[in-house]
Amino acid sequence: MGRKDQTNLRLTIALLVCGLAVFILPDWAIFMGTLALAKGVVVIGLLVLWRTGLVSFGQALYFGLGGYTVGLLGLRVGMSDAVLLTLLSFLLSAAVAMTLGLIISRYREIFFAMLTMAFSMILYGVLVKTEALGSTDGFNVLLPTYLGYAPEGEAQRVALYLWSLLVAYLASLGVHRYLRSALGNLTSAIRDNEIRVEYLGVSVQRAIYFKYVIAGALTGAGGAITAMAVGHVDPEMTYWTTSGEFVFVTILSGTGHVVAPFVGSIIFELVRTYAFEYAPYAWQLVLGSVLLLLIMFLPNGLWSLVTRMRKKG
Amino acid sequence: MALLEAIELNKSFDHVVAARNINVSIEENEVIGVIGANGAGKTTFVNMVTGYLKPTSGRIMFQGRDITHQAPRKITHLGICRSFQVPQLFFTASVFDNLLIALGVAEGTLPSLLRPLRRPDLEARADEMLERYTIAQYRDQEVGLLPQGVRKLLDIAMAVVHKPSVLLLDEPTSGVSVDEKFGIMDIVMDALKQAGVTVLFVEHDMEIINRYAKRVLAFYDGTIIADGPPDDVLRDAKVREYVIGEGPAHGTGTGAEKEGGHA
Repeated sequence: MGRKDQTNLRLTIALLVCGLAVFILPDWAIFMGTLALAKGVVVIGLLVLWRTGLVSFGQALYFGLGGYTVGLLGLRVGMSDAVLLTLLSFLLSAAVAMTLGLIISRYREIFFAMLTMAFSMILYGVLVKTEALGSTDGFNVLLPTYLGYAPEGEAQRVALYLWSLLVAYLASLGVHRYLRSALGNLTSAIRDNEIRVEYLGVSVQRAIYFKYVIAGALTGAGGAITAMAVGHVDPEMTYWTTSGEFVFVTILSGTGHVVAPFVGSIIFELVRTYAFEYAPYAWQLVLGSVLLLLIMFLPNGLWSLVTRMRKKG
Repeated sequence: MALLEAIELNKSFDHVVAARNINVSIEENEVIGVIGANGAGKTTFVNMVTGYLKPTSGRIMFQGRDITHQAPRKITHLGICRSFQVPQLFFTASVFDNLLIALGVAEGTLPSLLRPLRRPDLEARADEMLERYTIAQYRDQEVGLLPQGVRKLLDIAMAVVHKPSVLLLDEPTSGVSVDEKFGIMDIVMDALKQAGVTVLFVEHDMEIINRYAKRVLAFYDGTIIADGPPDDVLRDAKVREYVIGEGPAHGTGTGAEKEGGHA
């Protein structure tokens, strides 16, 4: 018999610890933490797809959609509430994923990856050519407020960090609950044997569709938080290299647990920050080398270290 | 009204005819053995009934309802399930998890699919099925590491979680040692009899056919050449010549059965 699942309790403890960390973390680390958490929310969506054996090279579509939703609602209607903006980005991304998912869920393997990328590149092309949206320069977004509370200065960064932490916590709880459900357990089952899943009475296409919508919606929320943290949106958010970065972090993290994407994202941001600091002209080389070493020595990602330790213990 | 009926069923792959003019009617609680040489059309017939292949022409009726063009999952929900010649399992999961997933998705509705998989009622049912199919000792083993006989039993156990009216078994003893095959068939047939399931099983082994089938369908060259009690069918001259291979002209079949993956 398996051990009692304590993930919810552990996630709650992690939420409290990371929340209290604002009292000791320097300003730059809080900013970096916010970006890492936002990216973690994106990658946790990719984890759902990855476990099913599907790699999306087009999550930047929803990342940009989330970012531009925040930017445009601020620019056009003056909306700055982080809670509302994140929720709307999440819902809009879910709606778009529900539409595109009708086509994308029919494909597998490289065709799935390329099709997702194609859609994100279409949005990139539209944004680059649209003067009203700032073309390649993009535009600035409003400073976020929180249900009427409008922090300033350092408090602004702390508030956004805490908000991103809460979103990350809710996303982890939700995805964990989903992965424990019968439908969630079909992730690896579909990867193993689609024929059997169909003969168990489940539509594989619908199951993949559901997973794609989850991934899209979470990516939209991650994009919204990133836009609020950076204070700017531009078409780069929807470019294929952004999608590649999410795939990178997924490989780095591993898919063994819902916490893995956040650990991977933090390490990724740290490596990138320090690589940029000490090798500003070769930071991509450093990232590439890290990925190479990882694939060679930890093909199942950083979380496989935890799994190994648990097995030994 | 017959439980399951195939009417004028034909299937061609380009110029290769895999099934021709198949007419068969199956009643409730029958146990039917399907025999024929490789490529005779046995698996093509099973694949058509379970929706894996669409017939080129003809109809399949189940409880008076036309299911000819239904998807496999719809047919499963209607009450026709199947096992495979090559067991179709989740190879990276344990035996218990395979059954648990099968039980967890059996209802098929979204609310049921979103309920936690590991819950006491479902786990108890999975354990009960493992006991009934005598594979409880392999409970926590990864399926990829199991002997073929255990895989076959698990494949069948997963096929019956929907409590089907009709179960089609595609060569349930293929790849199983001579010592194990009767044991496996005893376990399966006993469990299915208790559940009141109508069984149609494809088999090459005439001892198995003689022992378990109450009716035999003999296939040759995509069509049924004999249909009746085992003694009559196995004495039939054409069956002896083309299926059992005792006559001057062995039935070599069409080779078309390979379409669909499990000849």
